[in-house]
Formats: sequence, C-alpha cells, structure tokens
Amino acid sequence: MGKYVELNASNFDETIKNGVVMVDFWAPWCGPCRMIAPVIDELANEYEGKATIAKVNTDEEQDIAIRFGIRSIPTILFFKDGQLVDQMIGAASKDVFKQKLDALLG
Amino acid sequence: MLDLAIVGGGPAGLTAGLYATRGGLKNVVMYEKGMPGGQITQSSEVENYPGVCKVVTGMELMECWPEQCMRFGLKHEMKEVKRVKKEKNFILELGNGETVKAKSVIVATGSTPKRAGFEGEDEFLGRGVSTCATCDGFFYKDKEVAVLGGGDTALEESLYLANICSKVYLIHRRDQFRAAPATVQRVKNNPKIEFILNAKVKKAYGNNMGLEGVIIDQQGKEIDLKVPGLFVFVGMNVNNSVLKQEDSSFLCEVNEWGEVIVDLKMRTNIPGLFAAGDIRVDASKQVVCAAADGATAALSAISFVRES
Ligand SMILES: Cc1cc2nc3c(=O)[nH]c(=O)nc-3n(C[C@H](O)[C@H](O)[C@H](O)COP(=O)(O)OP(=O)(O)OC[C@H]3O[C@@H](n4cnc5c(N)ncnc54)[C@H](O)[C@@H]3O)c2cc1C
Repeated sequence: MGKYVELNASNFDETIKNGVVMVDFWAPWCGPCRMIAPVIDELANEYEGKATIAKVNTDEEQDIAIRFGIRSIPTILFFKDGQLVDQMIGAASKDVFKQKLDALLG
Repeated sequence: MLDLAIVGGGPAGLTAGLYATRGGLKNVVMYEKGMPGGQITQSSEVENYPGVCKVVTGMELMECWPEQCMRFGLKHEMKEVKRVKKEKNFILELGNGETVKAKSVIVATGSTPKRAGFEGEDEFLGRGVSTCATCDGFFYKDKEVAVLGGGDTALEESLYLANICSKVYLIHRRDQFRAAPATVQRVKNNPKIEFILNAKVKKAYGNNMGLEGVIIDQQGKEIDLKVPGLFVFVGMNVNNSVLKQEDSSFLCEVNEWGEVIVDLKMRTNIPGLFAAGDIRVDASKQVVCAAADGATAALSAISFVRES
C-alpha cells in the first residue's frame, strides 16, 4: 500500500526535488479538504513508484503555505523536478487529478 | 444492473440511500466524488437541524451520516458521474469512462456558490476571493476582510470571520437583510462588523500574490476598500450538468434557472428519474429539507422498481 508523504519544513525541498510531485495543502477544519482526503489516499496507492503524492497541513506548516501564497484550501500544487508547473484550487474528482499527473508523467 | 443509482452524497443522496436500502432495494450505489457529506461540511455552524440540539459545525453534523446511511447495504463509489442518459434503462457515464446501467436514478448533486459577477472575481478566486469561510478564514487571522451578501449564510459566516479577523466589512446591495432576525441582531451587535449597505462590488484588484482590495459602488459613490480577503455568499447555482445530453438538452424538465421540476413525490417527468435536495425546483436549500427530499425520492424509487 502506497502512502502519501506528510511534508514539513525539514523535508519539503528534498521531497519536491525529483520527479513528479503532487502536494495537497489542507487543514483539519476544511470540509472540501476532508472530502478529497480519500481521493489523495487512493492516488498515493495507485502512483506508488511513479509520482510522489504529498500533503501539507497548513495549520502546522504555515511557513510553507506563506511561501507559496496559499490563501485558499484545498490548493493542490504540481511540481516536476522541483519546478512548480501546475496548480488547482478547490476539491475535484480523482479523474481530474489523474489527468494532471499523467500529463506530467508523459 | 443497479436497482437504483444515486448521484451525489450530500444530505439528500445519503438519506435517499438509507431509505432505499432499508426499504428493501438490494443493488443501490451512491456516486460521490469524494467523502460523502456535501456542501454543509463548509458551514461554520448549524443550529437549525432538529434533533441536534447543540450548535455544531457542518462537519460535526455530517460525521456519522455515512455510517448510518450505509448500514443497510448502500454502497458508495468514489466516482464522478458525467452524464445520465435514458435508453431502455438509465445509463450513467462516469468520469473514468465506465458506464453503469440502472433501473432508476435519484439526482442529488446539490448546488455550488454563485459568482457575484464583478470584474476580477475569477482572476482572484482562491487568491483572495473565497466562498468558504471555514476553509480560508484562517489565512486572514488579525486582518481585515469583506463579506458580500445579505442572506443567512453571509451573516453567519461574517460572525465566524469576526472571531478570527480584526474587522469584517459586510457589503450588501440593500439596506434590509433576508437572514433570520436573530442572526441579523447578532451581526448588528458585533463591534467588529461594519456595514456597507446599498452597495455592490465593482472590481477586485491585486497583484500576482493575490487580492489587495475591492472597489465598491455605493449608490454612485466609489469606495476603495483595501482588504486582502473577500468572501462571496450571494446564493447558489444548481449542479445540473449530469442531466445535460449530447445535444445539450436536459434529460428531464428544468425551469429557467435549471432547477429540476419534480412533483411532491420527487418524480421528474421521466419515469424512474427522481431529484432531491438543492437541485430541485422550489428547494428551501436547507439540510433538513434535502434529507427529507432524499427519503421521499427513495420511497418513490422503491415503488417504481417494484412496479416495473
Ligand atoms: C456555508 C454554508 C452554510 C450553510 N448553512 C446551513 C445551515 O445552517 N442550515 C441548513 O439547513 N443548511 C445550510 N446550508 C445549506 C445546506 O448545506 C444545503 O441545503 C444542503 O447541503 C443541500 O444538500 P444536497 O444533498 O441537496 O446537496 P449538497 O450538499 O450540495 O451535496 C451534493 C453532493 O453531490 C456531489 N456531486 C455533485 N455532482 C456530482 C457528480 N457529477 N458526481 C458525483 N458526485 C457529485 C457533491 O460533491 C456533493 O457532495 C449551508 C450551506 C453553505 C454553503
């Protein structure tokens, strides 16, 4: 079972450095974030070995949220080899996330 | 083939699933994009769902619904429905390309916040313009924000934001409020909330980091309000896209706002197709009403499946 990576100040840059990385900025009080939580779990499982699926708890990691100018959650950022290449704001279905990931994995 | 497919897992869809399975339908699947619960999980407080006597958050209110509603065999599939079609039976086209057949369908896809329509709204959506105070209020801790709207949701969420933010400007196009009198009074008594009445937002402006302020038109007078956050609560649009056919007609009758026309049994004009909750015509847009619609629609679906 693949699992998502929980990101914090000490592992963030290291994690986004290589390959395709999807980062979900969320918080426990946010309804739409909770709604997509099981979607993120499934993606982490399906993309194991292909892409990194990660989460940032904005309640605990405010500096990372500020660094990317996050003002709305869920916000999902997509990185490729450390570069921010795409982003989405708000809840979406699994197929939408998969299309983004597949496009980046090319 | 499914006896019943339910599209949407908010209060209406969940309750429909509970009643359909408890009432004896065997093959019932609820399609919901993510975790069930619906839009009420965004609400900071709910005090009008009878039987739940404490004031709770929307998330707390919905906590045990999925468990209760799936106790009698309802299955949840975490998939988006793209379209519902009708041939001999109903056909659901899913987001992943699959198709599913069903004898009957309850559409309970709910609604999404309406755009107010001012310049810059889309550009700054998610970067200062928000439709969810519980989600995004935190990013404006000790800052000044504005709220646009005059209904229950706008006023309740203003009160929530006043707990977090240093000031809340409430912009409303009239000088009277549609919200419950008790809520209006609480807002008036809150020293952190300042009214800007008979006014509308003309434009949102900012830079690449996001919103910096809004230009307000108050009966011809322009006000430049420097706020990094604007929360928009100006009503809802129904999510009826699943009913749109390839030729962009609707599968069943809808009114001028796209709301699904149903009778008191939640039946549309297409036999076997039902609608429940915010999506239907004349919906009160309340959790208790959505749940009740779901129950009614399920009972109608049971009769339909038994008779056909
Ligand atoms: C901020 C806020 C505060 C509110 N406060 C109150 C309150 O205090 N009291 C009250 O009674 N009501 C309140 N409401 C209104 C209440 O939330 C709604 O009336 C109620 O949720 C409607 O239920 P529903 O099941 O019809 O639709 P929704 O709750 O909108 O649920 C629809 C579900 O369908 C899913 N869906 C949509 N399309 C598809 C698709 N194509 N495929 C799969 N799934 C799909 C969505 O993801 C969603 O989960 C509030 C609403 C908001 C936004």
